Amino acid sequence: MPNDSFTPGVVPGRLEPETYQEQFSDLHPPLDAHEALVAADRCYFCHDAPCITACPTEIDIPLFIRQIATGTPDAAAKTILTQNIMGGMCARVCPTEELCEQACVRELAEGKPVLIGQLQRYATDHLQQQDIHPFSRAPSTGQKVAVVGAGPAGLSCAHRLAMLGHDVVVYDARPKAGGLNEYGIATYKTTDGFAQAEVDWLLKIGGIEIHYGKALGPDLSLDALRDGFDAVFLGMGLGGVNALGVAGDGKEGVLDAVNFIADLRQASDVASVPVGRDVVVIGGGMTAVDAAVQAKLLGALNVTLVYRRGRDRMNASVFEQDLAAAKGVRIVTHAVPTAVLGNGAVREIEFAYVDAAMQPTGQTLRLAADQVFKAIGQTFAGDGMPALENGKIKVDAAGRTALEGVWAGGDCASGGDDLTVTAVAEGRDAALDIHAHLTGKAG
Amino acid sequence: MADLKSDFVGIKSPNPFWLASAPPTDKEYNVRRAFEAGWGGVVWKTLGLDPHVVNVNGPRYGAIWGADRRLLGLNNIELITDRPLQTNLDEIKVVKRDYPDRAMVVSLMVPCEEEPWKFILPKVEDTGADGVELNFGCPHGMSERGMGSAVGQVPQYIEMVTRWVKANTRMPVIVKLTPNITDIKKPAEAAMRGGADAVSLINTINSITSVDLDLFAPEPTIDGKGAHGGYCGPAVKPIALNMVAEIARTPEMAHLPISGIGGITTWRDAAEFMALGARNVQVCTAAMTYGFKIVQEMISGLSEYMDEKGMTSVDNLVRRAVPNVTDWQHLNLNYVAKAKINQDLCISCGRCFAACEDTSHQAISMSEDRVFEVIDAECVACNLCVNVCPVEDCITMEAMAPGLVDPRTGKVVEPDYANWTTHPNNPAAKAAE
Repeated sequence: MPNDSFTPGVVPGRLEPETYQEQFSDLHPPLDAHEALVAADRCYFCHDAPCITACPTEIDIPLFIRQIATGTPDAAAKTILTQNIMGGMCARVCPTEELCEQACVRELAEGKPVLIGQLQRYATDHLQQQDIHPFSRAPSTGQKVAVVGAGPAGLSCAHRLAMLGHDVVVYDARPKAGGLNEYGIATYKTTDGFAQAEVDWLLKIGGIEIHYGKALGPDLSLDALRDGFDAVFLGMGLGGVNALGVAGDGKEGVLDAVNFIADLRQASDVASVPVGRDVVVIGGGMTAVDAAVQAKLLGALNVTLVYRRGRDRMNASVFEQDLAAAKGVRIVTHAVPTAVLGNGAVREIEFAYVDAAMQPTGQTLRLAADQVFKAIGQTFAGDGMPALENGKIKVDAAGRTALEGVWAGGDCASGGDDLTVTAVAEGRDAALDIHAHLTGKAG
Repeated sequence: MADLKSDFVGIKSPNPFWLASAPPTDKEYNVRRAFEAGWGGVVWKTLGLDPHVVNVNGPRYGAIWGADRRLLGLNNIELITDRPLQTNLDEIKVVKRDYPDRAMVVSLMVPCEEEPWKFILPKVEDTGADGVELNFGCPHGMSERGMGSAVGQVPQYIEMVTRWVKANTRMPVIVKLTPNITDIKKPAEAAMRGGADAVSLINTINSITSVDLDLFAPEPTIDGKGAHGGYCGPAVKPIALNMVAEIARTPEMAHLPISGIGGITTWRDAAEFMALGARNVQVCTAAMTYGFKIVQEMISGLSEYMDEKGMTSVDNLVRRAVPNVTDWQHLNLNYVAKAKINQDLCISCGRCFAACEDTSHQAISMSEDRVFEVIDAECVACNLCVNVCPVEDCITMEAMAPGLVDPRTGKVVEPDYANWTTHPNNPAAKAAE
């Protein structure tokens, strides 16, 4: 083995080949049938259950759990997928500890919620692994809708529109569909090519055509889409990454965390992905944790996640923070970068400690770094868009933009958290509004 | 530690926990293991005449389960012993010789004629056994041949056979009753008239545990067919408790000793049977589920309970609850209670609300922020909310003090006892005036 964790610089292959397999395996191995029954039995079947309210897609959780408990996981899957066509991915990546499982009355009672996420995965996997698609299309309406972006919002919208009898053409800038499901989520959260399998399964509804390598702007114009289709749904991601804005932030080795995560997901062999010996991740969200944990899993000797505020302000959930700590990531809080040092490539990065009011305390910290990942937020980038609000496309509750005949949802649209599940809900709801509009039933 | 010594119709055992006549007491090997584990006595699995019966060669048991496959009910289609009579008699003799302090009762089932009883009873006496139990309960297989519950369902037969047995042995005679009847008091009285020293109950209940929805056949399924079996285990305990109580509270039978059987799984179950009139208990399904070691928990648990209550002998516990078993018509209609929800314990699941709103008296309110409260003006104290609440002691039934006004009826809660027999709505009460 030429490299190990002590090898200086940014190099691939720090671990034994079989170790990678272990490191990047499923974070939560699936429940087996008996485990699922035991977990399902813990559900109290609450009246007007708080978990449903806490779910952005409002899945009828007590009902699907009861369907699992009574030996009908495929019926459970249909309950889930009716509300959330990406229930399989959401079961894997939703911050359930902050959504349904936080609302679970057993979390309140004993600090041990029903394993809603894992049960959802059990049901959806059970159905999808048999390659059953439980939905079918309504008779054709003859209407055509363009969807820009084949991420969770776009595909959710496309599926619902196709179900309702519309023909859908989806355009995506990347060579694969899935959006962040395919490019933006830690490898250990969605193993075995699940993102693509889910897209393939979703497309079984029929009536959805996808064109890859087509981005709004260079390849497509919104005006042309509006002319050529009866309605347009915009479901793009966030193209811009915030800069550090400090001296030396252009040095070699200062990278965007989102690209690192995408490279790992797209690598045919994760061992080929180079990683530094001393890695510093700047940021406090899910992307920061995904990058930090995976840098550690790749065999980096030291990984430090640095966040400008306290842990309680981090966007990453406590579960994610604990996961990072358990994998050996050091979390430093109340520090902002002031300079990236190094001769050509980064060697060190300097931080100033700040107080709660973000005022410098006068103390500083220097960390050795041969790789720095920026995860300090992304921005929506695009010209010729409908009116914006706080840097994102302004939409109303039904997903309508300021432009007639154009809807938007997901990360590019205002409102809601930037979560997969929120994007799915927004795509679905926009589809329903588009349908109402196209069929003359709009309110 | 309380003294658990038991004397049941003169049969002494170090504790009141016996193994019932069933697969666990089928042969010497099992019974020796049971006695080593600490069981106070056994009722040896039912002997019959040679040629011995045969059993099916497929599944004998069916079950229903709770969460995590906790076994709640078991059903069986096993018959009486399927070994030669002499083999059993020889084994009983050596086991009794080796464990003289343990109770050894032998269950018997022979055709409904006096001769077979005259034949078998001396052979049992010769083993040194302490007593016999007449199996008038087995509901499957043997009943088709005119034995078991076929006898137990006809009080005259019970009386007749009991009389024959008493006339032909010096051993104490326990009559085991079937629950597959309409009034348990009738067979119990028949046994008493026949001279029985005691009754034991319940035997198993006719049952089909489930249906295979692919084969369309009852479980357990033998080559595509199933026959009803005898149901036992924790699920039958409430039925057994009632039948024991029915006998115990009948004045004419107040002194008829009862050996309680039916779903006894823990010391607490045993104590409940004894409080309702059983002088000892017999266990089967719990041992078949967990093995013989459970008796250690039963011994320690009952001892601890008796110590707490200051009871020095199991006789102090027997029948303690019998005076409080009454008929509905004698319940105090002036007693008024209301449900009370402890908001500190409430986890806001809303099950009480769903139950009350959908299926009861609309006496629980739900606020926007999921606070559930009892509406006293609607609450009839039915207890359903208490029963469905997943949190122990979160909802309780609180009696209203006399003198207060029940907001549901607008009437003052009366301090005096008054029951249906004198209630103005009772036509019979008016007729008596």
